[in-house]
Amino acid sequence: MLTGNTYLSSDRQVFILNKISFLQKLIKYKNMKIHSTYMGLKLDSPIVVSACTLSEKTDNIVKMEDNGAGAVVLFSLFEEQIRKEEARLKFVMSKTTNSFAEALDYFPDLEDFNVGIDEYLENIRKAKDRVKIPIIGSLNGITNEGWIDYSKLMEQAGADGIEVNIFFIPGEIHMSTAEVEHRYLNIIDNIRQSVKIPVAVKLNPYFSAMGNMSLRMKKAGADALVLFNRFYQPDFDINELVIKTDLYYSESSEIRLPLLWIALLYGKINLSLAATTGVQSAVEVIKYILAGADVVMTASSLYKNGIPYLKTMNKELQDWMYMMGFDDIDSFKGNMSQQKISDPTAYQRANYIKILEGAK
Amino acid sequence: MSSNKKIISTIDGNEAAAYVAYRVNEVCAIYPITPSSTMSELCDEWATKRIKNIWGSVPEVMEMQSEAGAAGTVHGALQTGSLTTTFTSSQGLMLMLPNMYKIAGELTPAVFHVAARSLAAQGLSIFGDHQDVMAARTTGFALLSSASVQEAHDFALIAQVATLKSRIPIVHFFDGFRTSHEVNKLEMLSDEQIKSMVPDELVIAHRGRGLNPDHPFIRGTAQNPDVYFQGRETVNSFYNNMPGIVEEVMNDFSTMTGRKYELFQYTGAADAEQIVIIMGSGGETVVETVEALNAAREKTGVIQVRLYRPFSLDHLIKAIPTSVKSIAILDRTKESGAAGEPMYQDVLATLVEAMQQGKLDHLPKLIGGRYGLSSKEFTPAMVKAVFDELKKDKPKNNFTIGINDDVTFTSLEYDPSYKLDESEWRQGLFFGLGADGTVGANKNTIKIIGENTDLYAQGYFVYDSKKSGARTVSHLRFGPKPIRAPYLITKADFIACHQFNFIEKVQMLEFAKEGATFLINSPYNKDEVWDKLTGQAQKIIIDRKLKVFVIDATTVARETGMSGRINTIMQTCYFALSGVLPREDAIKQIKKAIEKTYFKKGQKVIDQNFKAVDATLANMYEVNYPANSSAADHDLLTVPNKAPEFVKNVTAVMMADHGDELPVSMMPIDGTYPSGTTQWEKRNVSDLVPLWEPDLCIQCGNCAYVCPHSVIRAKFYHKDYLKNAPQDFKSAPINSRGFPETQYSLQVYLEDCTGCNLCVEVCPATDPANRSRKAINLVDKEPILKTEKKNIEFFEDITWNDRSKIDFSTVHGAQFLEPLFEFSGACAGCGETPYLKLLSQLFGDRLLVANATGCSSIYGGNLPTTPWSVNKEGRGPAWSNSLFEDNAEFGLGMRITADKQLNIAKQYLLELKGELGEEFVNEILDAKQILESELAEQQKRVQLLKEKLKTITSSAAIHLLSVADQFVRRSVWLVGGDGWAYDIGYGGLDHALASGRNIKILVLDTEVYSNTGGQMSKSTPTAATAKFAAGGKSGGKKDLAMQAISYGNVYVARVAFGANPQQTLLAMREAEAYDGPAIILAYSHCIAHGYDLKNGLDQQQKAVASGHWPLLRYNPVLRKKNQNPFVLDSARPTISLKDYAYNELRYKVLTITNPESAVELMKHAQDLVNLKWKTYEELATKKASDFVPVG
Repeated sequence: MLTGNTYLSSDRQVFILNKISFLQKLIKYKNMKIHSTYMGLKLDSPIVVSACTLSEKTDNIVKMEDNGAGAVVLFSLFEEQIRKEEARLKFVMSKTTNSFAEALDYFPDLEDFNVGIDEYLENIRKAKDRVKIPIIGSLNGITNEGWIDYSKLMEQAGADGIEVNIFFIPGEIHMSTAEVEHRYLNIIDNIRQSVKIPVAVKLNPYFSAMGNMSLRMKKAGADALVLFNRFYQPDFDINELVIKTDLYYSESSEIRLPLLWIALLYGKINLSLAATTGVQSAVEVIKYILAGADVVMTASSLYKNGIPYLKTMNKELQDWMYMMGFDDIDSFKGNMSQQKISDPTAYQRANYIKILEGAK
Repeated sequence: MSSNKKIISTIDGNEAAAYVAYRVNEVCAIYPITPSSTMSELCDEWATKRIKNIWGSVPEVMEMQSEAGAAGTVHGALQTGSLTTTFTSSQGLMLMLPNMYKIAGELTPAVFHVAARSLAAQGLSIFGDHQDVMAARTTGFALLSSASVQEAHDFALIAQVATLKSRIPIVHFFDGFRTSHEVNKLEMLSDEQIKSMVPDELVIAHRGRGLNPDHPFIRGTAQNPDVYFQGRETVNSFYNNMPGIVEEVMNDFSTMTGRKYELFQYTGAADAEQIVIIMGSGGETVVETVEALNAAREKTGVIQVRLYRPFSLDHLIKAIPTSVKSIAILDRTKESGAAGEPMYQDVLATLVEAMQQGKLDHLPKLIGGRYGLSSKEFTPAMVKAVFDELKKDKPKNNFTIGINDDVTFTSLEYDPSYKLDESEWRQGLFFGLGADGTVGANKNTIKIIGENTDLYAQGYFVYDSKKSGARTVSHLRFGPKPIRAPYLITKADFIACHQFNFIEKVQMLEFAKEGATFLINSPYNKDEVWDKLTGQAQKIIIDRKLKVFVIDATTVARETGMSGRINTIMQTCYFALSGVLPREDAIKQIKKAIEKTYFKKGQKVIDQNFKAVDATLANMYEVNYPANSSAADHDLLTVPNKAPEFVKNVTAVMMADHGDELPVSMMPIDGTYPSGTTQWEKRNVSDLVPLWEPDLCIQCGNCAYVCPHSVIRAKFYHKDYLKNAPQDFKSAPINSRGFPETQYSLQVYLEDCTGCNLCVEVCPATDPANRSRKAINLVDKEPILKTEKKNIEFFEDITWNDRSKIDFSTVHGAQFLEPLFEFSGACAGCGETPYLKLLSQLFGDRLLVANATGCSSIYGGNLPTTPWSVNKEGRGPAWSNSLFEDNAEFGLGMRITADKQLNIAKQYLLELKGELGEEFVNEILDAKQILESELAEQQKRVQLLKEKLKTITSSAAIHLLSVADQFVRRSVWLVGGDGWAYDIGYGGLDHALASGRNIKILVLDTEVYSNTGGQMSKSTPTAATAKFAAGGKSGGKKDLAMQAISYGNVYVARVAFGANPQQTLLAMREAEAYDGPAIILAYSHCIAHGYDLKNGLDQQQKAVASGHWPLLRYNPVLRKKNQNPFVLDSARPTISLKDYAYNELRYKVLTITNPESAVELMKHAQDLVNLKWKTYEELATKKASDFVPVG
């Protein structure tokens, strides 16, 4: 602190002191670090764009970087979509080729066409050419071969990491818990064997022993967990008697389940944790980091407010940190996790009871 | 200098020729026509891939609106100094003739590559003969004929060099299909070789003769009697020099490659006494036969004509051995009324001239004959018959060979059992379905063996003329020497039946050699399959000691993850069993080929295919069969006895693949065939067929409306009818109120169904208790076939409902109209045929159809059976096809006749007023004929009139009787696709519309040339890919509706039956009722769009919902009533264009091949859609006075 200068009037002294204090604060604000590390990747911001269609355009990715995204998880490559395209191609080829003397085929040279994957890899290459922030490929597979082949190709195309989105509903009721868990672990193991870049696993919360499962995933080779995938949940149209397939954006109220698990896992497992779902503003970002997230992912806030909203969120995060006196992310990361709070049972049954009590 | 480095390839004749043509030209102006389309397509594809010619530039490839346009563009490009080519066939060459005279008259070097094809005469034919090139022999173009795939390749270069040296343009031709589509092993020319043959100075000289404002001149003057004649004679020396030049080029070529060609190439005994002179692929057959005959101590020879124009006397005389006593000149063409066919006359004139000049000491006997029209088989047995004829004292002149002419007795008899020694060849025959990949796999087999072993290979593929459920037969030969056998296999070492149900339909084992191998894909195992074979098949197997193998390829394919495709499985069986290669080598080769094919797809796909190969070998079993046949003979001719005599005697023979045996006397003399013959050909294409559920059905009629093959029909009737109904006949009370005693039945003609699923897709009625059950569902045919056949028989006996009592202004009502277009050979799920069926239902009994060449003329008029049918009264659509380019004019002519004959009829009617009664005459003349009941009344009056006229003997009565039918209003429809309406026939169509005459035009708009394989038309939308627009179409789609609207007096509608069937129905009825020209643009989903057509209706809805295909009607009648004539029938777009477009491969392809361009083009396309919609919306809100008044 500066000490008073005796030959200045007290008013003047106060004025100067205030000014110095403002400048100091400004310097501090400017120097405030919101850096984060996510599965070994150094990020300038903990706010990461989650897999969504916005990243289909390289121009958008550039905009995301310009507005302060820490990293971008590319839109998901759906293996079944590629397979479907391939099957469609095959179908069209087989139905239309060599069956009528005047038209032995209907399309120019289809043999050489590669469906889907090439376009995706090209997106990775283009993004890597134009931005410095990490680009994480997102893979939604269905077969072992798909997971292995496509993750390898993503690595070769320059992806900094891979997020494997295991979107699997065990609708086959004879499938046991162990089988379901084995399937997850097997996928992670296979990918781990085939690539060197870090691998994040985006998963759903419906495991009997989520904590233990997380440990096993770590053992199988995961570098990060992304909590949580939102399952496709259908609705019915009762007039048409059909399944409604409309999608809706996540709400901020949906953060509670991931928040719970991040808070529970933080500090107990040597894995990066990414939070996703329900991030509408810096408020959810802060909450997730307080729970222990290394990064917080959002897409719906950008759909609603546009890509420049990333800048707003970063600023609001910084404002809050400044207000709270935190110099960097690490100084508050996990502060509200189960490990760090005074009453760890608040995260378990006691908390539940308290809520019920409160509802009376 | 001969090159040591040989490039071996196994390709077809089209590719062989186009490969060179592309490399030695700078401009290709093209237009698709079978069988030459592939040449154009390849050039376009190579240009898209930026492959360069021998001078390092990528040729400009430009699709034109017709062959006439292509020839004009060629002419212009040549006149400005570009090396320019084109590719065509048949009618296409006819359209080029005017320009060809100009090009030749101006001594312009150019080569036109022609896959020679029949001309449309009594009927159209896409197959090969020399009628087209013979029609071009007067143009001044030289005619150079290649006889094989190798020659098609070599002569493309020889022609190019010769034309540059001689300045005489050349038609280089080879036999359509037989050579253009035959796959054979050949030695390819390298770019260096090609370059070494084409002197740069000649190219530069050609450029130097081009029009250039820097040193201008005028070419193409109009000349008067004083100088035209002399000018015409100036070219003589060039023609005189031409044979020598071609000979020189051939010699140079021979020095370079070792392949020797001569203008008139003689093969045979030096002391031959009988020779044949022939041109084209048939020459190969004669060469082989001559060698065989001479080996049997005959003295025969053959002259293969390479350069037919200019016809060189000296070279021909030199080629004929002096020992020759008789010569047969074989022409693959027909010139009715001539003293002989063209080449016969040329040879005759040449020999007489040679005699007169003392160059020949005796005149051999000369006879001319025709063979091989429309790819008719020309075999060694036929060649032998010709040589036998030549030995006679008085051999038959103007003979035919290969047919039985029992009318004018031109034909020579031949012994079909005569065969050449085929022991060096391994010959395989494969019977497959169009969609099962058999042909593709066989093409692949030829490549594998041809390019990886020392064996020579040949493949030829025969397709039937149906677009759904088509049968294919692949003919494969392998041998140690080049295979010169341009005819089908009739004695095979290996026969494969890829579809088990063919066993009952085709007598394929007739072609089996003694001891041959027979492979069956069968759901029955080795112990069961024998009993499933027909008696005939069992007898041949036993008698000829065949080795029989069985595999359940469908199951193996499914279990090895081959998506149910049997082609790789059956191909592996062939490799393992055929003995072409030792078994282990064969398997090694097929695996090597798999690795090569799927290299890019990754190890997993390769492993999956390997697994399929191994599983094939493990699941293929030899069948041990008994010494005696156990099954009864199976009747292959299944036309019922009640069929008309013509159908039984002629149509059924063609259906059974025995059309070759029909004699001339059985043929209609002028191409006239009976209507409605598809009903006799129960093709049983699909194993899955619709089954009606009366309890759920709401009787909406949608299924019957959309069915492309008229397989679903509805009738209502009094419930008493059901007393005699078969037990399982389905019926439901009609759901219209006030008819308690009326029943409704929906009958599926399941043997004619193609299983397209459109009926199920469109059905709105679903079982609330079981959401997967609709009022119509696809089920297995086999279990219901027997009962349903009985039901159909009963249903047929129920009288069709009286059309004057049906309200068919609704889709519901339209289902009760009898379709007079049924069971066509169109693709399963075709988007065109529902319109034609509706047309036939609405106006069929007074309908005249002028049909442009294209899909609709093929499924509408290709023998053996045709779908345009007749009703019980014997009335029905009268249908004809003229050409591709002239259909509007053709239909206008029909209208003019109708109008003219009506006037003649009126004139005579008034003349006979006294005899016929004034009141009756006035009733006929004043009859309103708008409502169906009014039309029915008029039909009755005309019937009565005709009866009265028969009793009157005056000339007026006789004349009136011949035209009285015209008193019933004729409905004249001009039908065709967008290729016709937007491109080649547009000029005529525009003129027909402008004529103001009462013609109706139905454009079945698939937005692409469907019939010839998906080439771009001016209807092809922006951002879609098509052949000739492989990079995505960047230009806009022509708005033909707006062009027609600009006339003011034309009724115009744009419809899509899948999006709004009611609007389609309304538009058709309004158009027909309008007393003036009308045009309906009908969205037709198509196999060329690239998706499963069961989603066709959904895509139609999306086409409309996206604004790509706004529904509209422009009705001049409203304008007359001072109302806005422009009615928009669809709502503002609710989805984006890409939500519609990217469901289709034609758009999607570009996102894969060129994603950036796809994005850009899609954006552009969306902008165009927005703009179009805005314009339409503005028009829809205008006042009547804003539109052209109707006079």
